[in-house]
Amino acid sequence: MPRNIDRTASLRFSRYRSQLAWFCSLSLAGVAGSCSHTPVDMQKHLQEQLITAKPGAIIEIPEGKFHFDRTLSLTVDKVTIRGKGMDKTVLSFAGQKEGAQGLLVKANDFTIEDVGIEDSAGDALTVQGGTNIIIRRVRAEWTRGANAGNGPYAIYPVECKNLLVEDSVARGAADAGIYVGQSENVVIRRNRSEYNVDGYEIENSENVDAYENVATHNTGGMGVFNLPNLPRQGGKHVRVFRNQIVDNNTANFAPVSLGPIHDLPTGTGIYVMAIKDVEVFGNKIQNNNTVNVFLIHYDTGVGDSLQETASSPITQQIFKPGDTHYYPFLQQVYVHDNDISGGGKSADSRIAVMKQMAEALGGSLPDILYDGRVDPAWAKKANSGQICLGNNGAASFLNFDAAGGMKHPVHDVKNYACTLPALPAVSIPSVAAEVSRTGSGDLAR
Amino acid sequence: MARGRRFVPGLQSILLLFVACLATFFCACDFGFHRGVRLTLEQPFPKKLSAWHLFAGSAKNGQLTPNTGVLPYDLNTPLFSDYADKYRFVWMPAGTSAEYREDATFEFPVGTILAKSFAFPLDDRTREQRLIETRLLVRTKSAWVPLPYMWNASQTESTLQMVPDPVHIHYTEADGRPHDFTYQIPNTNECHECHDNNKVLQPIGPKARNLNKDFLYQDGLANQLAHWVKVGYLRGAPKPGTAPQAAKWDRPESGSLSARALAYLDNNCAHCHQPGGTAGYTGVDLGLGHFDAAKFGVCKHPNSAGNMGDRRYDLVPGRPDDSILVYRLESIAPKVVMPQIGRDVAHTEGVALIREWVTSLQGSSCGSVGGR
Repeated sequence: MPRNIDRTASLRFSRYRSQLAWFCSLSLAGVAGSCSHTPVDMQKHLQEQLITAKPGAIIEIPEGKFHFDRTLSLTVDKVTIRGKGMDKTVLSFAGQKEGAQGLLVKANDFTIEDVGIEDSAGDALTVQGGTNIIIRRVRAEWTRGANAGNGPYAIYPVECKNLLVEDSVARGAADAGIYVGQSENVVIRRNRSEYNVDGYEIENSENVDAYENVATHNTGGMGVFNLPNLPRQGGKHVRVFRNQIVDNNTANFAPVSLGPIHDLPTGTGIYVMAIKDVEVFGNKIQNNNTVNVFLIHYDTGVGDSLQETASSPITQQIFKPGDTHYYPFLQQVYVHDNDISGGGKSADSRIAVMKQMAEALGGSLPDILYDGRVDPAWAKKANSGQICLGNNGAASFLNFDAAGGMKHPVHDVKNYACTLPALPAVSIPSVAAEVSRTGSGDLAR
Repeated sequence: MARGRRFVPGLQSILLLFVACLATFFCACDFGFHRGVRLTLEQPFPKKLSAWHLFAGSAKNGQLTPNTGVLPYDLNTPLFSDYADKYRFVWMPAGTSAEYREDATFEFPVGTILAKSFAFPLDDRTREQRLIETRLLVRTKSAWVPLPYMWNASQTESTLQMVPDPVHIHYTEADGRPHDFTYQIPNTNECHECHDNNKVLQPIGPKARNLNKDFLYQDGLANQLAHWVKVGYLRGAPKPGTAPQAAKWDRPESGSLSARALAYLDNNCAHCHQPGGTAGYTGVDLGLGHFDAAKFGVCKHPNSAGNMGDRRYDLVPGRPDDSILVYRLESIAPKVVMPQIGRDVAHTEGVALIREWVTSLQGSSCGSVGGR
């Protein structure tokens, strides 16, 4: 037992556990099946535990399904919340009356593991502004499946530093199953995200490794991008490798208020947008019906020059002439050694540009689609954005020349046969400690 | 000898009298204006509100009798709280005062207590009021500490509860308007949701612009800023005429439509929607005191909100029915409602003000989409 366990907290809970067992046996006497009865004050009890926890506390939640009708929140640093398994300890927020989130954490050195969170009104698990965060074997889900009324994000760490999300499961989010936003030093690995609009989103974040994840049956598998109008800008340095991004063809169910995600084409594998220094390699990206790999700039709504962009109502907040806080173009993106096939067979007809392009190309879209938009300020030379594509098997390719009104499409991927230096692995303390324990060296490579 | 003996007690009497006078003089500071309040600045905080000695006796008709030095105040435009009547008080230790700030919450000294009580009508017939809760913010050496005290039914005592139970509120106004809802009381974590800026808990109300108004004290009507200076609770303040003054949201004579709407947004939204606030990450800043299209979310998608009634943008000038801002003020659904904490019913009159203001705004209609 680690020395930092708060014995008082554990003891309090074991006393409570006997009370739970009593409730469960009552419930079991009447109804066959698992215990889903919640003592009237479980909500209050757990919330009080979260408030009075001392740094170092481990709050253990027993097996069972517990109902909460308002957000649970934690603000104490160095707390671990631990269940008995993502399918055994279930926090259900079905019928939530108050608060937008299921569990809301604003604390450093936070770990949550082996817990399921279901049917919250808004996001299932939000961690805001924390350093040294571990989300491990957490299942966050809307049990009714795809629905525009589901919460936007299942696992939603934002403004975090040194963040590990691993071995977790996300289902049913109306925006992204597993999201990382405005964060730095992040590892997302071995997760499964399915039946969401977006499987994974890496937004306005810096130094991110996403590997060995599965994204399937979402509208889109994974997005790596920067958006305007957010305080943290300049996301970059993202590695996406050894993931399986397959069969993401669930019809887009995002509400219109989610803007760009509402317009995400059904059947998108991975999209990389308005970001620099991204390396996508060793992934299996297959059978995403609109496009397997989509490389695009962000449409600020007015035009491509920085001057025009600065006048856009969408970006003017932080984008002023001469200010490069928001940069809508792709730069230095290296997509190599991926197993890409079977995409683009049936483009989302809801998205006009995709539909027209597929028709013009005889019905299907290529595996890798690039809009070809570059900063007009750049020198007029080939591939000034340094988009490098190589060793992606027989993957077909198209630069559809969005800026030039599709007049000069480029079909030959050899025009992008360059290489970029490998990006270094992300190092965060929780992963470094594991490496030193197992002696397995760099797990990421 | 005999005369001398008689003289000595006389001298003692004079000395005693002198000491008594001195004591009276100093006690006028320590136990006169500030008589009776018992300050606790560290854990464990009193379980009962009465232990603070802020108020004398029980609550009667929702009213508490403040002890000497416990000064009532109110705000030009307050936060809407489910139509609760709110009673605010401030107390500071002897010899201390708050330092004036032009735009921010005053710098209050260690030991300051801010008390806010929430009352609803108890009985439709008598219109008698009942106190539900009294929230204290206590300035300790290291931080402001939130302490919510829940009143008992007989209104004789109020007990500290970190996770207060919700209360069913049911009454009918004199004009027949019914109120029937569950009043959710923030727990101490949720206090931080609204009060934190850059992770530091701050009082929200007591700013110059909110306090710069007249208040009916026991000895007559006076400007609150001037009165705080007079009783020694505020230093460094300019004359009220030169200090900032927010409009009263519901008094057209106090300011233009825009001024009243901005004051309403400032006090109902900006505690979260400002840089460093809970919703700072959204980039929306509603506490500027002036309209700024980008910072007010004009034509901006809410990056992380869920389904917002099929509307696309936070704010569409001239089109309240296309603006998510209005939608969220009208809603009471848990993930939609704004503010996210502390509002269980819609504020009909406040929404009407914001609708009128959005309608009056000129500018982009956010493309042809228009929101629907």
